[in-house]
Amino acid sequence: MSEQAENGLMIEVNNLTKRYAGHTAISRLSFQVRRGEIVGLLGPNGAGKSTTMRILACYMPATSGSARIAGLDVFSQSMEVRRRIGYMPENNPLHTDMRVQDYLKFRARLKGLHGTRNRERVSLVMDQCGLGEVNRKIIGQLSMGYRQRVGLADALVHEPDLIILDEPTLGLDPNQIRQVRQLIKSLGGTHTVLISTHILPEVEMTCDQVLILHEGRILASDSPHNLQSIPNEGSQVVAELLAPATELAEWCASLPDVLHYDISTSEGDYLRCNFTARAGVDLRPIVYEAARSNDWKLRELTRSQPSLEDVFVHMTRPKIDEEER
Amino acid sequence: MRAFLTLVRRELAIYFISPSGYVLISAVLFLVGISFVQLVDGLMAEPTDIPITEGFYTTWYFWLVMLLASPLITMRSFAQEKASGTFETLMTTPISDLQVVLSKFAGALLFFCALWLPLGGIILIVRHYTDDQSVFHPGTLAGTYLGILMLGAFFMSLGTFTSSLTRSQIVASITSLAMGMLLFLMSYRSFVSPLDNDGFMEILRHVSIIDHMHDFVRGIIDTRHLVFYLSTTFLFLFLTFKVVESRRWK
Repeated sequence: MSEQAENGLMIEVNNLTKRYAGHTAISRLSFQVRRGEIVGLLGPNGAGKSTTMRILACYMPATSGSARIAGLDVFSQSMEVRRRIGYMPENNPLHTDMRVQDYLKFRARLKGLHGTRNRERVSLVMDQCGLGEVNRKIIGQLSMGYRQRVGLADALVHEPDLIILDEPTLGLDPNQIRQVRQLIKSLGGTHTVLISTHILPEVEMTCDQVLILHEGRILASDSPHNLQSIPNEGSQVVAELLAPATELAEWCASLPDVLHYDISTSEGDYLRCNFTARAGVDLRPIVYEAARSNDWKLRELTRSQPSLEDVFVHMTRPKIDEEER
Repeated sequence: MRAFLTLVRRELAIYFISPSGYVLISAVLFLVGISFVQLVDGLMAEPTDIPITEGFYTTWYFWLVMLLASPLITMRSFAQEKASGTFETLMTTPISDLQVVLSKFAGALLFFCALWLPLGGIILIVRHYTDDQSVFHPGTLAGTYLGILMLGAFFMSLGTFTSSLTRSQIVASITSLAMGMLLFLMSYRSFVSPLDNDGFMEILRHVSIIDHMHDFVRGIIDTRHLVFYLSTTFLFLFLTFKVVESRRWK
């Protein structure tokens, strides 16, 4: 194996570009994923998530640029790469006429597992994915949740180094989403997992690293925690005060670190102030100080961090929208 | 190789677990049965010295089965997988494009051959009730089955090719039916005017599947026919392979 594999990089993508007739799906994409990480590929529909995954899964080649998995080139060493990845495409296509166990055995055989090893691995992944009770059922008659687990079991069956899941929670109910999410989380550490999604809480909860993809480009690549501090607008602080309105308004206007604020009435004569502070400034002690020195009553003081959703919307907002502001 | 056999097994299994496979088997049985009745009627009406296999093939039902069953067998091979998306899961396993193409073709051809097994039973029945054993020359039987195999290989490769071009089974079957019919009608054109000897007719006679089959059922194994079927089968398999591979062209 080459040095990339030894230095702990599972995926290494360099200037990857894919053009279809007439439009560019992804353009000069570069990123790296370390071994054992769970990485979320986040982006609105049409951002190039599926295209990126299909290229990594050796389904189709890139127009230019290179992608390496465990140090192997996805185009020239395609067979070697395919042995090392488990891929579940969007919408999780399955042979609906087969029984769960037969399907998994068939898939494992295609991936080079035969005999005892085939039987062992299949029963192991069926346990892991909770498919024990439906092993003799025909896939076409299973619920979405079970089908999704069959797809996951298929991706896992040959113990791949890298698991690529395209929208693994599409069409599931909240309980099923939670189960799938837990399963994915349990894979981290031993496997490298690349999932694509546009459901933000999913990324926040499961992923070590997030790549935000928009119009074929990477807008940000960081841990979910770090990403939340990216927007240049700082934190929001909400305070409910019992104070004379004019006095409060004057004070608000005099604050140097507040970008904008608004005051609205709240129940019981209280006034509700919404502050947006400059990045890196925590307004809470300042508000408290003011309340104490002016003898205002303070009944609520909270700061809200921007959620990943805010980050996402902020980054992927269409440009026209930006200009209008 | 093991992956290839796994795929062939899967292809065959689809025909035998889906109702459409049994519908096809019943339809072919029915047509072969009718041709048998017609054959027996003919034999009762007047004595004949032509081989029983030739008598069978000259009924229209033989060509009906050949031309209609073939597109129905092959239409789903690639089109179905592309439509359901399983083509993507298949092509991301460590299996070469060539193995996939050959397994689809082999599965279809095996099922096609299985469809013709009842014909053997019919011949045995006729043999049981007739005194003249000379009409059952093993050479004519072998020739007939070789002919069916050759035509089958040609039609299966043609059908696999049209199926690889589209994700719609209807389009796949109609395209291969149209191409098969075209070849058959050209053959028929040269068949009905055997005395026409201009250059075009001469060419038609060489590609005439009716003429070819006419030799096979009489136990004549002409290498020109074999070369024709083997090379056309190879051509369509090659084209199919290129279509499947084209996904990986930059």
